[in-house]
Amino acid sequence: MALDSSKTTGFKYVGTRPDRPDGLDKVTGRAKFGADAYAPGMLHAAIKRSPHAHARIVKIDTSKAEAMEGVKAVVTRADFATGIEGEFGNILENVMAGEKALYDGHAVAAVAATSALIARDAVKAIEVEYEILPHVTDVDAAMQAGAPVIREGAADSSVPEGLHPNIVRYYESGHGDVEAGFAEADLVIEDHFLTEATHQGYIEPHACLGTLGTDGKGELWCCTQGHWYVQKVCAALLDVETSQLRVTASEIGGGFGGKTTVFIEPVALALSRKANRPVKLVMTRAEVFKASGPTSSTSMDVRIGMKKDGTITAAQGTFRLQGGAFPGAPCEMTAMCAFAPYDLKHVHQVGYDVMTNRPKQAAYRAPGSPMAAFAVESVIDELCNKLGLDPIDTRLKNASREGTRASFGPKWPRIGLVETLEAAKAHPHYSAPLKPGQGRGISCGFWFNHGGETAVSLALSEDGSAQVAVGTPDIGGSRASMALMAAEVLGIPYEDIRVTIADTATLGYNEISHGSRVTYASGLATIKAAEDAVQKLCARAAAKWGIPEDAVYWEDGYAKPSGPNAGEFEPLHIGDITATMGATGGPICGHFEATPEGAGVSFATHIVDAEVDPETGKTSVVRYTVVQDAGKAVHPTYVEGQFQGGAAQGIGWALNEEYIYGEDGRLQNAGFLDYRIPVASDLPMIDTVIVEVPNPGHPFGVRGVGETSICPPLAAIANAVSAAAGVRMRQLPMRPSRILEALESAVDG
Amino acid sequence: MVDVALWSGLRPLVEGRDSVEVEGRTVGEILNALRRDYPALGPTLDAGVSVVVDGRVIASSLTEPVSPDSEVVLMMRLKGG
Repeated sequence: MALDSSKTTGFKYVGTRPDRPDGLDKVTGRAKFGADAYAPGMLHAAIKRSPHAHARIVKIDTSKAEAMEGVKAVVTRADFATGIEGEFGNILENVMAGEKALYDGHAVAAVAATSALIARDAVKAIEVEYEILPHVTDVDAAMQAGAPVIREGAADSSVPEGLHPNIVRYYESGHGDVEAGFAEADLVIEDHFLTEATHQGYIEPHACLGTLGTDGKGELWCCTQGHWYVQKVCAALLDVETSQLRVTASEIGGGFGGKTTVFIEPVALALSRKANRPVKLVMTRAEVFKASGPTSSTSMDVRIGMKKDGTITAAQGTFRLQGGAFPGAPCEMTAMCAFAPYDLKHVHQVGYDVMTNRPKQAAYRAPGSPMAAFAVESVIDELCNKLGLDPIDTRLKNASREGTRASFGPKWPRIGLVETLEAAKAHPHYSAPLKPGQGRGISCGFWFNHGGETAVSLALSEDGSAQVAVGTPDIGGSRASMALMAAEVLGIPYEDIRVTIADTATLGYNEISHGSRVTYASGLATIKAAEDAVQKLCARAAAKWGIPEDAVYWEDGYAKPSGPNAGEFEPLHIGDITATMGATGGPICGHFEATPEGAGVSFATHIVDAEVDPETGKTSVVRYTVVQDAGKAVHPTYVEGQFQGGAAQGIGWALNEEYIYGEDGRLQNAGFLDYRIPVASDLPMIDTVIVEVPNPGHPFGVRGVGETSICPPLAAIANAVSAAAGVRMRQLPMRPSRILEALESAVDG
Repeated sequence: MVDVALWSGLRPLVEGRDSVEVEGRTVGEILNALRRDYPALGPTLDAGVSVVVDGRVIASSLTEPVSPDSEVVLMMRLKGG
């Protein structure tokens, strides 16, 4: 029988809110995170890092460190593979510097010793001779003629001739004639916007325990969003066969994109190979700030024309993204997301990926999109204010919808932007009165979402319960979602299903948990694997009854004859079939391996009320509502948590968080005391509205939800703060000193 | 033949055209045909692209079917957090 569980209504388990399967482990301390692994004979590692923003490494003398009692191995770049180019070459250069230190905190050597204290002392005993070079940390400065060149020859073929070598990628797209469009407008506004780099702020630092023998066989335990990717990178950097390195992902204390790449794992493995002992390496918080990947900082120009009736006639944006000392800043994503919410006849967007002497940027929830929304949605807010238009009605008038052409080229399939705007307009928040000193801001936001390589295996036990092995680390509650989707297909209770994150030796390749892909892609694979198992269950029932397999169907955990012609048989419960499976053909398992390509895009609309204290410049977010299209919320509590989490991180990004560099190019605030993430007392209750416009690319209609929620906050908060302060804020973060400066400028002006 | 729309940064590589026509019944065949017929696009294609087919973003699968009347748009490869 052909099975297809596709449906968007009539669910029994999907859409319910059961307890999370990892909850007890986490609240009792039983869950094992990256730093919780131990091995007999284990050594502890520490990394020597550059104190300079840009310097040629003249000489590294490790002799004093190697002579210290308890030191078992010291590695430098010479201990890694050679001849690696492209993406992995850049990762190697970031993991361990070669000829130059490219940023404050860049690794130059590492030590493994019998204790963490000895390792740290030995790091101090390593002597590095540097030739200090000019540095640049600002994106606009790095693009100017005469700016220090970070790395020659790093630009790809997209960059037009004549641009500075620090510009390493260029993107341009659009359609129509923007100048003709601007000529049709009653009002054109062009503004310049700046955002600073922010860190994902995950609570758990990067940590790993690695063992690599001289036979090329290894084991690695690490905190990551994608252990198959870690396996692939480490194998390349250490020149070992990929399959000989087994990687297991720990529980993860937050990632948000920052754990989609590799920083320390190859170092632990190189030290282990040299010492012939397991090596544990845990980053300090200062190292996380200095040497993992924050977001890009940006410099942006946006110009939008509008008619008096609210019709947008043309839009143009230039987005310059600072990506640290390596290519990869998501300039094209910023440009593509910028005007995605709007149906535009004339649009043009340009993106620049710019290198500086900072750590390599890494993904952070919808990489590049939040900054674009900040600039674009701020200008739309200004236009609405000056033309006396309602901000939601204006967005509805111009909204992208099914069949309209996206700003980056294709026509939209079924999307849910209009539904989020209508839900926002109908929400009591939008019409609630404001108090004196308060302002209200609106913003839309967009993210693509992703599918990617995925493999899932489902095994039934004799008692009729099920084990599901997935390969995507659970960064947002996916074990609960997988269990709910498997329960829906198998027709057994959620509690009878255990979902495990398998290691790299257990399943086929699984792409990283990124791009809001897990509930979509691993969920789709779980549904298909469960259908595969159900098909086999039906076959066993058919064999028992002596009827054709296609005369059996599956309902609520039972195999049933499909009608009177199939014969009259008592339905067989899943447990009745699995109890005898060893004697009726062997174990019953379901599998699915594919690269699902039907990830549906997602839109959101946020409403924010902010209050500004004109004496201190302090901003308080007093009310916040997130409205977002989830396609289908498999576990609504987790979906609401993703909505709230994106808003909370956006509040930090908008109001307080920033990387601060000194004149010497060194990071000034590498710790949570000086880098101010929001705490519970900074946040209001964040209300949520789940809109469900089913994604036709998923059997249950799921769209990714983890990233879109951070797209609107920067703009929505800026629009609220600008309204409250009475002055337009075009630079983030809107910290108190910046608010006061803006207020003083407005008075002086 | 399938009409493949290009982002504007690619147009200088194909004499200013905003789209090109190639033979192909799958995403993989389309990309191979673009490499063969328009070698100047090679470095960009090698660096990684996504292909939008009738509104669906195909990030990596080369076997996705394409029909002559499909709307096909090249996009830079997507990454996420």
